Amino acid sequence: MSETITMRLRALLGSDSVERDPDGLPRATPASADAVALVCRTADAEGWKIRVEGQGTWLTPDAPADLAVSTRGLDQIISVSPADLVASVEAGATLEAVRRRLAEQGMWLAADPPGRPGRSIGSVVATATAGPLRLGFGPVRDHVLGCTIATGDGRLVRAGGRVVKNVAGYDLTKLQIGGFGGFGIVTDVHLRLRALPRADVTLVARGTRDTLTAAGRDLAGAMTPAALELMSPALATEPEWLLAARFLGTDAGVQADMRRLAGQAPLSWQPLPAERSASFWQLSARGMLGGPVTFRLGVLGDGLDETIDLVAHDLDEGLISAGASSGMLRWTGLATVERLRAVRRAAAAREIPMTLERAPWPVRHALGHFGAYREGVGQLVGRLRESFDPHGCLSVALEGVEHG
Amino acid sequence: MDPSLIDALGRLVGSRWVRHRRAELATYTMDGLPTHESVPGLVVMPGTRAELVAVMRLLHERRVPFVARGAGTGLSGGALAEPTAALVALTRLNHILHVDPVRRRAVVEPGVVNARLSEAVAPHGLYYAPDPSSQTACTIGGNVAENAGGPHCLKYGVTTNHVVALEVVLADGSIVRLGSPHGDAWGPDLVGLFVGSEGMFGIACEITVRLEPIPVAVRTLLADFPSVRAASEAVSAIIAAGVLPAALEMMDRACVQAVESSIYAAGYPTDAAAVLLAEVDGTPEAVAADADLVAALLRAHGAREVRSASTLDERARLWQGRKKAFGAMGRIAPDLAVQDAVVPRSVLPDILDRIEEIRARHSLMISNVFHAGDGNLHPNISFDRRDAAVAERVRVASSEIMAACVAAGGTITGEHGVGNDKIAYMPLIFDAETLGAMQAVRRVFDPTERANPGKVVPVHACREWRRGGRA
Repeated sequence: MSETITMRLRALLGSDSVERDPDGLPRATPASADAVALVCRTADAEGWKIRVEGQGTWLTPDAPADLAVSTRGLDQIISVSPADLVASVEAGATLEAVRRRLAEQGMWLAADPPGRPGRSIGSVVATATAGPLRLGFGPVRDHVLGCTIATGDGRLVRAGGRVVKNVAGYDLTKLQIGGFGGFGIVTDVHLRLRALPRADVTLVARGTRDTLTAAGRDLAGAMTPAALELMSPALATEPEWLLAARFLGTDAGVQADMRRLAGQAPLSWQPLPAERSASFWQLSARGMLGGPVTFRLGVLGDGLDETIDLVAHDLDEGLISAGASSGMLRWTGLATVERLRAVRRAAAAREIPMTLERAPWPVRHALGHFGAYREGVGQLVGRLRESFDPHGCLSVALEGVEHG
Repeated sequence: MDPSLIDALGRLVGSRWVRHRRAELATYTMDGLPTHESVPGLVVMPGTRAELVAVMRLLHERRVPFVARGAGTGLSGGALAEPTAALVALTRLNHILHVDPVRRRAVVEPGVVNARLSEAVAPHGLYYAPDPSSQTACTIGGNVAENAGGPHCLKYGVTTNHVVALEVVLADGSIVRLGSPHGDAWGPDLVGLFVGSEGMFGIACEITVRLEPIPVAVRTLLADFPSVRAASEAVSAIIAAGVLPAALEMMDRACVQAVESSIYAAGYPTDAAAVLLAEVDGTPEAVAADADLVAALLRAHGAREVRSASTLDERARLWQGRKKAFGAMGRIAPDLAVQDAVVPRSVLPDILDRIEEIRARHSLMISNVFHAGDGNLHPNISFDRRDAAVAERVRVASSEIMAACVAAGGTITGEHGVGNDKIAYMPLIFDAETLGAMQAVRRVFDPTERANPGKVVPVHACREWRRGGRA
């Protein structure tokens, strides 16, 4: 069958846009949203299963499928408007390429998603993976003004817009952010940007975990860091736990926050040299790919200690990065389905949702990105998936086969 | 309306909370926009969550369409109901159920008035950030339906950025819990999908919101400019400098003159072409630095005078004209059509020229108040709706303004919603496929399309989406 599919895809897209992946699976790399929709429409009519691939780190390219659709051919930065602080980029553009282009014009995307700089913008949107800057600049949804989606049956939906404030119609963009591709393939996004800050300073403090979590809670109320992240020793490659604070803004404001921070007993804060701070954050972001499984738990600062205990109990406290008050803990490592299920169950008992961000297919298949939903939600999600992928062409495991 | 329905509803909520006589319904025929009117079949006012659920079940059994309504301050005709529909007024569900100062969360019923929530949590040093102009009257439930904004949304975001969880009664009377109080959701972002759905997905009966700490320091600057273009360029320069003011508001000459000739006179210079209000907040040092930078940029872009205030009283004086602008405009003519559109910030001066041209051609009175920082315009047309010819010119001018904003890369509403006022403009910004997707999502939440029927999505312009074929 893969021969037939390859030939059909070549006829549709041209032979340059079709290849075989290492396992011989036909892989289409359409170069436009219309071409993605065309592939989906054909797959829908033929009953082929599609898996979506970006750079292959977050949307792991191992879901069972008849063909792969890669967004690598969609790597254009469509437009950048410095005066409006808005950019439109294709989903396959890498974070790194977008950052470089924006920096040339004095702007940035105020997000620091985990993983490598080479990951695609589409994967950031599909997985809603926000990093430490979530504290100061909000989750991924706060940076996305609109997007184009190819549905499972090949319709193109243009959700949202390119202006920073917009309530026209239902907010379909939100469904795609963190939808793991279950509601369509994101082909391009409109991003909200910021002017590059004048000052950008990172300080770190070391200590025991509970000293740092307690200090983090106090601190978040007293000043306004852009990030306040607790990192496990293995992640920080240090003998102790680490609390990292990042301040962005004007020189005077940042200097004042640093002075205030210095007065916060009992921690001893050390500023990182300017040339080291970028690599510090980049290394910890990359550390979140340290194991084959990465998940996040939605938890607030006051529940952090208990939640880390919970993770340590069923897994380990190896690679952990957690917002001291931003409502998010991320873990990566090696884990069995049974262990992960135990964590999810224990977290659910504390009203904490666990989202599986990346994992090998057998784990995703068993547990699902989301697992069980709360009251009434499963039915809504099921019907939404039917609307955006009527014949189930998109090979995505949102729920998993065994709930819990 | 069927008398047996009136009786049955009366048994659920008490007969005094069911209104069906013509005179009783008069209050409910309009919202804040004077260009649309409709008499609902009846009004039912549940007093508890249980009563609301019972009412919804009864309406479901009888297949009666319904429209949820808060304080009725909306500006898009969104809370108007047809004679065949029941209006579900939520103003009695006005309890703040829980405040958690440590986690900065509050759980409220939909009828809680926006400003009252901020007052209630102030003793904890917290407030609820979204601040629509109608905040002393409008309800959180209505804010959720419309994804309401306000002057301070430039920095703090609109309603959708502050709602973390919702308990929703769907049209069939079933209850779903969306989001989580902790932050991350259980599954896809259905809270994000629900906020701004204009009452067409169901009724939120419990709303969990994020609270913000009251800023330690605040500085308000007021500058007047010889041209709107210069003021707009100052706005862009401030944002480009990396300062994100809490608010950045502009008023044009017509608006300033309306304010200054009213009882709300705030001492704004009446010969100014534009008055700009900028507010910065944060730590004292950051505020001082940001305020200096903003003041310098204002002057560099031609501000004639820059006034600055940091005490509560002085700041209130500078804000007074802006906050009372709608009241002042309301005194010019019997009716005021408050319009709402968004353009990319960089085209503000051009679009204002275009609005002036449209105004002159239709011989109307338009004053502009706008959230300049995010390009959100409010061209307000003062008129008398008893004059049918004028009302028609208002309608035509409004549609021309919308078309101009869309052509400039903008959108038809930034914070007031589509309702029935803007439904005709939806095809200007969304193609048939996207409108079809909206309709399909609406049917996921409300398969029988009884919740606020006839609003937001122009059904005739949708491409039909097939129902799911999966078992």
